[in-house]
Amino acid sequence: MWIDVPPFLPFFIGAVLVALAPRGWARNALLLGIPVLGGINLIGIQAGPHLEVELFQYTLTPFSVGTFSLLFGYLFHLAAFIGNLFALHLKRGDEDTLQQSAALVYAGSALGAVFAGDFITLFIFWELLAFSSVFLIWARRGERSVRAGFRYLVIHVLSGVLLLAGALIRFHQTGSITFEYVGLEGLAGWLLFISFGIKAAFPLLHNWLTDAYPEGTATGTVFLSAFTTKVAVFALAVAFPGTEALIYIGAAMTAFPIFYAVIENDLRRVLGYSMINQIGFMVTGIGIGTALSLNGAVAHAFNDVLFKGLLFMGMGAVLHQTGRMNGSDLGGLYKSMPFTAALTTVGAASISAFPLFSGFVSKSMVMAALLEEGYLAVWPVLLFASAGVFHHAGIKIPFFAFFAHDSGIRTKEPPKNMLLAMSLGAVLCIGIGTFPQFLYAILPFETGYWPYDVTHVLTQTQLLFFGALAFVGLQKTGIYPPELPSVNIDVEWSYRRLAPKAIRAIVPAISFVNRTVRSAAVSQFNAFQRVAPRIYGTRGMARQWPTGNMVIWVTVMLAAYLIFYFLK
Amino acid sequence: MINHLPILQVIVPLMAAPVAALVRKRGVAWFITVLATWASLAIAVLLLLDVRDGGTIRYALGGWAAPWGIEYRVDTVSAYVLVIVAGIGAIVTPYALLSVRREIGVKQAPLFYSALLLCLCGLLGITITGDVFNLFVFLEISSISAYALIAMGPDRRALHAAYKYLIMGSIGATFIVIGIGMMYMMTGTLNMADLARLLPSVGGRTVTVAFAFLAVGISLKLALFPLHQWLPDAYAYAPSTVTAFLASTATKVAFYVLLRVVFSVFGVVFAFETMSLHWALLPLAIVAVLFASLTAVYQGNVKRLLAYSSVAQIGYMILGVSLATVTGLTAGLLHLFNHAVIKGALFLAMGAVMYRVGSVRIEAMQGLAKRMPWTMAAFVAGGFSLIGVPLTVGFVSKWYLVLGAIENDMWLVAFFVLVGSLLAVAYIWKVAEAAYFKDYIGDLDVREAPLGLLVPMWALVVANFYFGVDANLTVGVARQAAELLLGVGP
Repeated sequence: MWIDVPPFLPFFIGAVLVALAPRGWARNALLLGIPVLGGINLIGIQAGPHLEVELFQYTLTPFSVGTFSLLFGYLFHLAAFIGNLFALHLKRGDEDTLQQSAALVYAGSALGAVFAGDFITLFIFWELLAFSSVFLIWARRGERSVRAGFRYLVIHVLSGVLLLAGALIRFHQTGSITFEYVGLEGLAGWLLFISFGIKAAFPLLHNWLTDAYPEGTATGTVFLSAFTTKVAVFALAVAFPGTEALIYIGAAMTAFPIFYAVIENDLRRVLGYSMINQIGFMVTGIGIGTALSLNGAVAHAFNDVLFKGLLFMGMGAVLHQTGRMNGSDLGGLYKSMPFTAALTTVGAASISAFPLFSGFVSKSMVMAALLEEGYLAVWPVLLFASAGVFHHAGIKIPFFAFFAHDSGIRTKEPPKNMLLAMSLGAVLCIGIGTFPQFLYAILPFETGYWPYDVTHVLTQTQLLFFGALAFVGLQKTGIYPPELPSVNIDVEWSYRRLAPKAIRAIVPAISFVNRTVRSAAVSQFNAFQRVAPRIYGTRGMARQWPTGNMVIWVTVMLAAYLIFYFLK
Repeated sequence: MINHLPILQVIVPLMAAPVAALVRKRGVAWFITVLATWASLAIAVLLLLDVRDGGTIRYALGGWAAPWGIEYRVDTVSAYVLVIVAGIGAIVTPYALLSVRREIGVKQAPLFYSALLLCLCGLLGITITGDVFNLFVFLEISSISAYALIAMGPDRRALHAAYKYLIMGSIGATFIVIGIGMMYMMTGTLNMADLARLLPSVGGRTVTVAFAFLAVGISLKLALFPLHQWLPDAYAYAPSTVTAFLASTATKVAFYVLLRVVFSVFGVVFAFETMSLHWALLPLAIVAVLFASLTAVYQGNVKRLLAYSSVAQIGYMILGVSLATVTGLTAGLLHLFNHAVIKGALFLAMGAVMYRVGSVRIEAMQGLAKRMPWTMAAFVAGGFSLIGVPLTVGFVSKWYLVLGAIENDMWLVAFFVLVGSLLAVAYIWKVAEAAYFKDYIGDLDVREAPLGLLVPMWALVVANFYFGVDANLTVGVARQAAELLLGVGP
């Protein structure tokens, strides 16, 4: 440690330098060097506030090391390094360098948020996250991406506004702007909760994720998957640990995306749903609030960034090489992209929590904590979700992209930097899964937990093998074409051996309510949009009023004042 | 010399105005204008520094002592507004050289500069004077020169807009002078400090009616909803320089007049407890914010769009006043400065578009970011500030406004402030979307605006960010001014 450099600063300076740097080695050195140097800067740093700044009469602590900051700090440096490596080949045109700069600002903002010591700093980085990341979506250009990006931006700005409102009210009530435990009490607590919930993709607030992430660029989505939601998980872990509502919200998050993921054709959208599912495990862990479960939640966040990044990189490589992303258009790519196929499979194994892969060592902590605290009703939901993950992310993604029927696409392996980035991710996935003690060493609490005991390994392996068996069986008997959603529901629930009839009734009911509420809201909004130009447009209130009209208003105002004072 | 600073503040532009008209060479006239505005700024800054150290400066005009002669009074509030008005003048006049050459004929140009100086003189005079009738005189000087300035706009509709402004402005001025007359009738004095001393003892219905006349008259000058209808056309069709200048100064000075009359002459007790002024201002302010922001979303002419946005921003300032607390008033005064910087930058960017493209309609801006990257970047940066993105001045004023509303437990008001910000996102986005995400379809010879336009524009943009990060100076002065007005300060 030389001096206390706030972790976001090198990234912001780097973003400017990258925009100005000539092409070639100078820019590459910057892109790879900044995360490395930043990561070294963090080593051995002390807990507590490191930097205080006066901003209009408030003392801000833009660099403060809390319980969870370091873990997320290392994680984001790692993710930035892998992401930059994956995007290193971008050279054509000015928009692509804009993408690299935006990614650096984005990573820097995420770091700023996890080292924020007060709500104002958090808010500033919260909004910066939104404004920098949207360029990664817009950079794909095209009408769809622009529109999806704008919807994404609006929702995140809204989340920021709620955060600010909550912080203000909290400041008014307690006189403190310190970013610390809040809890679900009062208006301030709820506003902050909803604000964090939007970014964490809580059920019914999740649409921005599955809407925008598949519209990002091949490289941009890798960054997107790493930062935004993990910052939200961090914020929840700081402000709402042990909030019981989170357990149920988390359980819902693990379960409901499964259905959507199975019937989805765009493979990156499938990953989007599986992302919500994984965040569900983290949210549940935060909700339980014991040392073990919090450890599990943040460890799972750490692993999720790596394996989800790996999967998004695999799909990004496919998109980059073939220009397609729909499961029905792909298939048989293992012949021309064997390395990509193998590396993606490692990611798939990790997300499915195979023993010896990274997902296993963190997810099992949350599951164990659930049982320890006696949430016996929630545990099966998470178990079901684990099976579901294995099915849609573990099998569906690699199967439809690289195997299944041969789509006839012949291509090449992606550029070397992409392969290198994916290899790095895969090595970390296996490494952490095999030697979890290195991850456990940087976890915030000391629990002495060890995942490799007979029960855990056996349960998980059993679950996975029966899951695989079901998939193979259904595939062989020909009732697994992805175009038929009703079949998928059967597949899902065969894991749970529940009465299919009940499910058939429940799922349409949920989607019916969902659809009705949404379409009602949309039609209200559309109606307003139709009427509003008439009222507010240049033929309505904004038309050029004659002077007489204005004079009438003057008279009305004067009369109003006089009558008001006369009556008083 | 230094003792005569208050009168120099007014005399310098007043004397420069006929000189500019008489030289008949537009280059020379422009040079005189620049000299005069920068001299005014220097004087205003000196006055502010003086006031912050030594308290109120009183200057008896012609040596006639206060209640009989006209008195100039400079305290923190007036010095603050003087610096804003003179500062905007000093930034806008260098910009005028190229913009005026494009939009105004050779013969009219010296007259234009002369009118601009007179307008500046009037606005500075309103701010510095301690005499209500003198205030009315300066109000007329600034208004009449403003009508002339607007009428010089390149669009033929400018004439009609100026005419409407003339009618409405005259009615407003009449109301104000009626109010002043009634106060004079009751107290026999025109000096503000004297009025403040005598008014509480007279009371009665005449004073009430005077208050109502003044409130309506000033609201009209201020363009407070629903008396804002003269403003959008006037701003939309005026020459670019004039729009930027008036949008950042004229309504601000009218806001200052409101503060002076309400707090310094009638006093906070009379205005808010006896007359319940906040019940008149608060609903109008909220309606102004929501209505004008919504209307702005549906405008096709960007200058008109920004004009409606100005009506909304005036709503924010009035909202601050109607809270009648130190925080609320600080927010209002802060927004006075911040909005001047924001709108100045935005209107100067539009002036540059006018200079190159010849139109400020949204359709004309399609894909313009490729052709005029610096201009459109300035617009977007100013737009961020208007929305209230952190690290910009817009955020600082919204922050204090929301804080002030929460202090009074007015949650709904705080909510409406935030809704207003979201609407600002919508109308700024409309322009940004056209400029950045559409293909360019206009003339091939459109290039980036010349440096003469870019430098003043970016000076204001930088100010947007500088004062957004280091807000100690503005917040400090605004708070001191607010405490002074409420009579709670040291």
